[in-house]
Amino acid sequence: MTATPVLVSAREIVKLFPIQHGLLMRHSGDVRAVDRVSLEIYKGETLALVGESGSGKSTLGRILLRLMEPTSGSLEFDGVDLLTLEREPLRKMRRRMQIIFQDPYSSLNPTMTVRTIVREPLTIHRLGTKAERNERTMELLALVGLKSELAGRYPHELSGGERQRVGIARALALEPDFLVADEPVTALDVSIQAQILNLLLGLQEKLQLTYLFIAHDLRVVEHVADRVAVMHQGKLVELQSRVELFQHPEHAHTKELLASIP
Amino acid sequence: MTETLLEIQGLTTSLETDTGLIRPVHDVSLSLDAGETLALVGESGSGKSMLAFSLMRLLPSAGRIESGRILWKGRDILTLGREELRRIRGKEIALIFQETGSALNPVRTIGSQLAEPLRTHLGMTRKDARDRAVELLREVKIGDAESRVRDYAHQMSGGMKQRVLIAMAIACNPELVIADEPTTALDATLQAHILELLRELKEERSLSLLLITHDLGLVKENADRVAVMYAGRLVEEGPVERILAHASHPYTVGLWQSLPKARGGEPGKAKLKALEGTVPHLATLPPGCAFGPRCPIFFEPCDQEVPTLQLVENEKRHRTACYKNDAVRNAMKTSVTR
Repeated sequence: MTATPVLVSAREIVKLFPIQHGLLMRHSGDVRAVDRVSLEIYKGETLALVGESGSGKSTLGRILLRLMEPTSGSLEFDGVDLLTLEREPLRKMRRRMQIIFQDPYSSLNPTMTVRTIVREPLTIHRLGTKAERNERTMELLALVGLKSELAGRYPHELSGGERQRVGIARALALEPDFLVADEPVTALDVSIQAQILNLLLGLQEKLQLTYLFIAHDLRVVEHVADRVAVMHQGKLVELQSRVELFQHPEHAHTKELLASIP
Repeated sequence: MTETLLEIQGLTTSLETDTGLIRPVHDVSLSLDAGETLALVGESGSGKSMLAFSLMRLLPSAGRIESGRILWKGRDILTLGREELRRIRGKEIALIFQETGSALNPVRTIGSQLAEPLRTHLGMTRKDARDRAVELLREVKIGDAESRVRDYAHQMSGGMKQRVLIAMAIACNPELVIADEPTTALDATLQAHILELLRELKEERSLSLLLITHDLGLVKENADRVAVMYAGRLVEEGPVERILAHASHPYTVGLWQSLPKARGGEPGKAKLKALEGTVPHLATLPPGCAFGPRCPIFFEPCDQEVPTLQLVENEKRHRTACYKNDAVRNAMKTSVTR
């Protein structure tokens, strides 16, 4: 068996959040939001990261993109140490990694049109001429299944599913290799969930994307994941292939999550 | 012999909007027996919540009930005076709102909010209401209820707030609880716990439950009967086992198919059978069946007249509103030639 190349490699990641006094009752000190987590994400795979809210999965997702600094640990992206990168090389590296947020209602700027939102990453990174950017924007809309006439609309004029497509188009603008999808379908109706999941699966195939798919709904995970990592109270408690995890879960918390599938 | 608790007859609710008059509830007839759980299923924008608000006469100011009757134990809610309505709302019929974040008052303790309906509806003293509030928190399985009763909403997690809302709903021993997407904002494990709690409470108190949800996957374990709504109208209705095994309306079938399914040991990733498109805007409904543009079996009569809900052949309790069903076609006012 040939070794699959690793895209993201995290070692012993720890993230502590200080507890402000009086906010929580008895305890004081630190919350270990992420507690010595090590994992690898292979090129082209979907690693699902599951757990309850507060388990640290979103925090870990943000750390893997270095949108948040870990307290300790090491992190490599495509063989490059991400944590010691200077501002400018980090900015370049960021083009290769993007995030799709959970809430398509609050993650889009309400004062910008769809066109401006999707085009913004191209503008920020000064890619191509203005005409080229506009052309690329329309390509991106088509890629995520949005009609071109929506380009001039504002987020509030769109449905939840359409908004999530806009978020995906924006994330794809810079042709990233790695996408963190943080609960991308949780806020959507079941019927629209299926559309967005199919879109993500299709895009992965077409563009050879690597996904970290953060979710709490294991029904969804069973369709999209190659491997599944389970987090509980900041710790990684199980990491298995999807088939193995669903058929032979080992950790008690994994079993509990599986039992809650309606 | 089961007693009919709620009977909705031809209910139409209209709403004045910027884009014109819309009908989020259109000619809906539905009944609910004592002790029964009815799941009202549909996508966002299908009118489920507006139907619930109509039942409680809690419509926004632009809303109006155009026609129909809502018989609560034989009395029409729509003709009741203010006082009589107040005695039913919150006491006989209680509502659990969707937004746990905004349904609780942020500047009052959980205890004082729980005590309020007890004092207004049941005339309890301050102290009795306080004690009862603690009992209610225990009943919805909130640990350390004596101290939690002094908490404010922001000190509680989402799941706990949902439990408090359930406690508020059952405070006055209602006969019917309307739960509007009670678990949508919650984690999978919490969702399972909250639904289990609702089932238990329902058993213990022989409540009737109207469970509003967009997730057809939840109805199997939680409902006796299912009613499916699309663009303001009821499109299918029947016993849960019937709807799950023999759904007749293509919309119900589509909702069912779009649910992620258990895949066993099947390797690789798998696309889902998505129901394409979205619920149409109520101001620009297509002619005929509103589901037409998304329907895989759309044929000639579909864009001519709105199909009415009719019993499925050989079934006593399963109704559908689709022309592929003979009974529906025969009920058309104009003759259909195919």
